[in-house]
Amino acid sequence: MLLIKCPYCGQRPETEFKCGGEAHIARPEDPSALNDEAWADFLYTRSSIKGVLAERWMHSHGCQRWFNALRNTHSDAFLITYEMGKPRPAVDENGELK
Amino acid sequence: MSAPFRLPSGGRIDRSKPLTFTFNGQSIPAFRGDTLASALLASGKVLFGRSFKYHRPRGLLSHGSDEPNALFSVDRGPGRVDPNNRASVVDVTNGLTIETQNHWPSLDFDIGAVNDVLSPVFVSGFYYKTFMWPKSFWTKVYEPIIRAAAGLGKPPVAPDPDRYGNRHAHVDVLIAGAGPAGLAAALAAAKSGKRVVLADEQQEMGGALLHETTAEIEGKPASVWLSETLAELAGYPNVTLLPRTTVFGYYNHNHLVAIERVTDHLDRPGETIRERLWQFRAAEVVIAAGSLERPLAFADNDRPGIMLAESVRVFINRYGVLPGRQIVFATTSASAYQAAIDARKAGVDVTLVDLRTQAGPEKALAVSAGVKVMSGYTVIRSEGTKRVKALIVAPVDASGKVSGPRVRLVCDCVGMSGGWTPSVHLFSQSRGKLSFEAERDLFVPGTSVQAERSAGACRGTFDLAGALNEGFAAGAAACGSAETRNFSASPVMTGFKAVRVLPTDENPTKVKAFIDFQNDVTAKDVGLAVREGFHSIEHVKRYTTTGMASDQGKTSNMNALGIVADILQKPIPAVGTTTFRPPFTPVSFGALINLNRHGLFDPARHTPIHDWAAAQGAVFEDVGQWRRARYFPKPGEDMHAAVLRECKQTRESAGIFDASTLGKIEVVGPDAAEFMNRIYINAWTKLEPGRCRYGLMLKEDGYVFDDGVVARIAEDRFHVTTTTGGAPRVLAHMEDYLQTEWPDLKVHLTSTTEQWAVIAVQGPKARDIIAPLVDDIDLSPEAFPHMAMRSGHICGVPTRMFRVSFTGELGYEINVPADYGRAVWEAVYAAGKPHGIVPYGTETMHVLRADKGFIIVGQDTDGTQTPDDVGYGGMIAKAKPDFVGKRSLARPDCVAPGRKQLVGLLTENPQELLDEGAQIVADPNQPVPMKMLGHVTSSYPSAALGRSIAMAMVADGRNLTGKTLYITTPKGFTTAVVTGTVFFDPKGERLNG
Repeated sequence: MLLIKCPYCGQRPETEFKCGGEAHIARPEDPSALNDEAWADFLYTRSSIKGVLAERWMHSHGCQRWFNALRNTHSDAFLITYEMGKPRPAVDENGELK
Repeated sequence: MSAPFRLPSGGRIDRSKPLTFTFNGQSIPAFRGDTLASALLASGKVLFGRSFKYHRPRGLLSHGSDEPNALFSVDRGPGRVDPNNRASVVDVTNGLTIETQNHWPSLDFDIGAVNDVLSPVFVSGFYYKTFMWPKSFWTKVYEPIIRAAAGLGKPPVAPDPDRYGNRHAHVDVLIAGAGPAGLAAALAAAKSGKRVVLADEQQEMGGALLHETTAEIEGKPASVWLSETLAELAGYPNVTLLPRTTVFGYYNHNHLVAIERVTDHLDRPGETIRERLWQFRAAEVVIAAGSLERPLAFADNDRPGIMLAESVRVFINRYGVLPGRQIVFATTSASAYQAAIDARKAGVDVTLVDLRTQAGPEKALAVSAGVKVMSGYTVIRSEGTKRVKALIVAPVDASGKVSGPRVRLVCDCVGMSGGWTPSVHLFSQSRGKLSFEAERDLFVPGTSVQAERSAGACRGTFDLAGALNEGFAAGAAACGSAETRNFSASPVMTGFKAVRVLPTDENPTKVKAFIDFQNDVTAKDVGLAVREGFHSIEHVKRYTTTGMASDQGKTSNMNALGIVADILQKPIPAVGTTTFRPPFTPVSFGALINLNRHGLFDPARHTPIHDWAAAQGAVFEDVGQWRRARYFPKPGEDMHAAVLRECKQTRESAGIFDASTLGKIEVVGPDAAEFMNRIYINAWTKLEPGRCRYGLMLKEDGYVFDDGVVARIAEDRFHVTTTTGGAPRVLAHMEDYLQTEWPDLKVHLTSTTEQWAVIAVQGPKARDIIAPLVDDIDLSPEAFPHMAMRSGHICGVPTRMFRVSFTGELGYEINVPADYGRAVWEAVYAAGKPHGIVPYGTETMHVLRADKGFIIVGQDTDGTQTPDDVGYGGMIAKAKPDFVGKRSLARPDCVAPGRKQLVGLLTENPQELLDEGAQIVADPNQPVPMKMLGHVTSSYPSAALGRSIAMAMVADGRNLTGKTLYITTPKGFTTAVVTGTVFFDPKGERLNG
């Protein structure tokens, strides 16, 4: 069971959280302006990488707040969690925080 | 029965506390501190079971948790029968009843042993190769017979009466294993003041020190050092000692799980929890799991009386039991010499056969102790069936070939040792990478992934002082200290030569040299698998079953791996290991299920009206976690009759229905209307306070997600209802958009599902029934029309009263604070009695809504329907620039013709009821595979229409109105005509009564 640090509540076990998939995919301001391909890309295309991925998490059995996290999908290590709206922290070529 | 093999003194058993237990109906004496294995050996028993496949007689191989053979069914009383217990780890208690397994008619005479004679046909992959034809025979004939013949114990039949505990613990240092390394680690960590837990699987802590009668530590006998150390550790308030506790799983982020056996060693079970499941979250972990001895592979190496060399030593030194009176040790390892010396000290005749021509200093010590040592001898085979009678050995030359005449060594016990395998199970479970030391033939912990460190024999450090020093340093390092300590300890005999199969002058394809004792896998089976093309060790494991079952290959894996590597002529690391998976040893289901059974398995949610419904004899159904009244049968009624009556009475007079489970969300704030506009397909800006609207919600992919009536309470306040099962996901969906996409909107969302009880009163008499109870709401149709909401009081209780209908009748949904739900319900019911009110349940609710063609999200939809597909396209507020899912509705596939649409179906025979889920085709005579048009989503007998009705999703369905379609039934196709979805009161006149 993973340990996840909610930015508002601190470290809690994984069972208190819900993962919401890849982060930093903003809903388009005007969806009607997108062609079908671009809209399908927004809806369905995710990077699904082996390595450090920015993910959305929600402390569903806690404060119910969404936040973002950098997680290494290979090792399951959480590099950092951060509030919604903040930019994605930079990571070096070794998968460590810069 | 006496105990002729019990030594007159010695051991850690408590001779002042005699016990007895029953073994296959025979009374066996024992002492407190005995295991089943030691007590049975003391009584002269060596035949403990029949093997898995060949039903060969088997005795004990080991003294510990790696025992593969001696598996017993242990009976601790009614409901406490537990199969496949290892004799070597079950403590004797008074009155235990033990049965051996896997034999018929008896342990001594077992018909299944014919398999042993037939063994040439039972090669690896035998089942796959033999039972191929005819195909239908597999499930009906072959598998049942094979399953009956093979297998080990029988599962218990009575419910488990025991309780199981669960504890979560945050610790600074968790130490797994309390042998010398683990104890030294605990000493180092204890001083730091940090929270330390030391867990060990045995009944006593000490590991190998428990049977160490020779070595000294810090100038004291090992047993004295052990008791002083345990006393010292017990004195630290920050140290928790957990004997009988197996750390069996190492998961992510230093989450380790252990099982503590609380009562199995007590005479009276059931007074407290039987086992406790520990879930540790450790800052640092020290693994001190020790090592496992390797057996030797030679012909008939599985005969009762042949066991691991160290196990012979354990039974003599720790339990005061002689495993035999004429003992031969066969070894490629120095450690067996100490066992031989200890056996000789116990007064029996001992011979040691060593394949190695060059032994270390251990040889001289053994010879001087009176052990007959034969260097450079291999073991050809054993003699004896139910107990070993002799060992046939022969000299080998420098190249390892048999080079001289055989010698027959008469014996009644053999101790064998092929060296040692570090127990890297926990390390590997932690995802650490193993590294292979080719020279010593050891997999040892390599690169760590989590905050752990290994110490002692599990890291390949076999000598006593080395293990103590390493353990201490590991314990200190786990506390952030670089402290070390140099323990003084006696030298111990270490070093071994790895040999996969002992040299023999017999045809190796004819002999049964067992690698995996529990699964009856021989060296030639492993070889055959490789020759047949199974080169991956994972494939060899599954094809031969080596390394599977309850011992998970603890004794067999290294030998199997070595054989595969030798045949493939690859180094062992290139062959790799199989994956080490939890649990390390078997764990009872009871401990894992723990408290999550009966009422706690999945907690049930009850409405405030639940007890009333139960008292009325309601039949309940599960809807999500809710228990909902499904129907209220009168004596003699089945569901069908009850539902017809409830439907009829509701449409004739009135029905009362508990709708409290509806999800409710209060949407509040200056931007509430804007938020609702973005979340729902409907328009909300112009909805006046005091009015309701049916709302439909999509996911971003354009498909229907949830629905429900929404009332606007005030300009900035909406009372949202959701489906019963959808409440949590709708709130989560709303919160997601609010927090992540539109954080600028000033809106609060609050779940109010459990704050309101909802009493639905539906039917032509609904207004008459509630009128006398309502104080301050004008119920007249003009003042309170359909789809309006009024706040006021009923029975003096504040209410939000909705005039809404899910039945097509005049109806009200009366929201009152949950605490008043039962009282108001009873008042309404009493007021309704003179009007013929009937309580109805979810089944009637379903029928009444289907009469009207109202959908149930999740029944008539499955997550692939647009609003138009279900006939609700007209609800879309097209003027809105955007809402969740809007853009997707313009995707080519969402606007393409021929999509499945919701339609009604009326069978030609009005009494025929279609099956929900039944497939629909246009032409039943078309070739298979047929073109499916869709399926039936809802189907009921309708009281209002006096016939069956159904709804279905059908391709291009609305264009097929009036056409006849064919629907599958268990008896073949039937026919139905496509209609609209509103079967009853199509103009909706009854609503306005």
